[in-house]
Amino acid sequence: MAKEIERSGLPITIMCNLTNIAKTVGSNRIVPTFSVPYPLGNPQASPEEEWAMRKHRVEVAVDALQTPITEQTVFAVKK
Amino acid sequence: MKKAILYLNQFFGQIGGEDKADFEPTLEDKPVGSAGIFNGIAKNVKIEQTLICGDNFMASHTDEAIAQCLKLLEGRKFDIFIAGPAFNAGRYGNACGQICKAVQEKFKVPAITSMNEENPGVEMFKREIYIFQGGNRATAIKQDMAAMAAFADKIASGAPLLPAAMEGYFPRGIRHEVFLEDLGMEPVMACDRAVEMLLLKLKGDGYLTELPIPKQDLVPIAPAVQDIRKIKIALVTSGGIVPKDNPDRIESASATKWGKYSIAGLDKLTAPEFKTIHAGYDPEQADKNPNVVEPLDAIRALQKEGRLGEVDDYFYTTVGTGTTQGEAARMGREIAAELKDRGVEAVILTAT
Repeated sequence: MAKEIERSGLPITIMCNLTNIAKTVGSNRIVPTFSVPYPLGNPQASPEEEWAMRKHRVEVAVDALQTPITEQTVFAVKK
Repeated sequence: MKKAILYLNQFFGQIGGEDKADFEPTLEDKPVGSAGIFNGIAKNVKIEQTLICGDNFMASHTDEAIAQCLKLLEGRKFDIFIAGPAFNAGRYGNACGQICKAVQEKFKVPAITSMNEENPGVEMFKREIYIFQGGNRATAIKQDMAAMAAFADKIASGAPLLPAAMEGYFPRGIRHEVFLEDLGMEPVMACDRAVEMLLLKLKGDGYLTELPIPKQDLVPIAPAVQDIRKIKIALVTSGGIVPKDNPDRIESASATKWGKYSIAGLDKLTAPEFKTIHAGYDPEQADKNPNVVEPLDAIRALQKEGRLGEVDDYFYTTVGTGTTQGEAARMGREIAAELKDRGVEAVILTAT
């Protein structure tokens, strides 16, 4: 799905847990998420920590859209 | 009699469903579940132990999960490693591929698994391990397991192995010189085969090359956005977030539909107004707070800080489990056309 959106010329960041799969199916801008059932949540963390994690990773995804790349790239996130 | 160890996920390992997907690796000293099908067919090899691990644990803590699995296998005597079948289950395919590759490298035994051709695990691991062409859902378990058992049996018996297409696994990109008579076929001179192929090609009939070149379908990288504050972005998800009554009746698995729903004026996605209908993961957290899948709250915060410009008044959603690549591609094209109509210039897609 991400690939077809990008094929139409729109830059797209895919946020997902299995970054290797995203690479294999041909996504170009990839940001790792925290887990499968709650990609941007963490029930073990405090609400503040969870919010900081979510906001940080979304920021990385936004920045990725503004980053020129020449190959498939998995953008680094803080733990 | 040779020995085999079978790898299963939490579901087929009879531990539990999605709520047990974080289950850490354990080694059972007995054949579990579909091992029975295998042992009923293979004459020269028997599954005596079963390694079980939750799909999410393998996906989210891959290094740790592999290390734990390898430790459990240490000192065990086995000649062949079997995993799955994984059908078209993405996480399970990933898990079977990861563990097969690691076990084969460390213990130097052949590793065999089975997946549907749509499973991304095929593309990821087919060069390194035997992946049999399996069904797309669990109803195929008997024949998929039988195919692996027959092949494992053949390896165990020491009989000569045939090319990938004849044995039924995905080609690994390895080329051998073979004589047709060794494959039980009529010998034909290369020049005669070439002319035959050319005639078929001229007639427009399908011909099969003897030297297929693998190709990967990559999309050209779309140019980066100059200034994200000056354009409109849109949010897309395959995590199945929908308004609580799922007005377009998007399917919970093998989706063929997508929906667009208004987020105009919303600071975040609230529960129970929004929820997930995705049948491929435990919905507890997403139903409690849909922003953990579609992070509208974080997007709005960045907007308020002036770091983001306009966000489309709709988010676009479907379910990405068991969904065929063909359907996903069609929905992607439809969503892309809609986004372009609405003046969207960049996209953030969250997947589960």
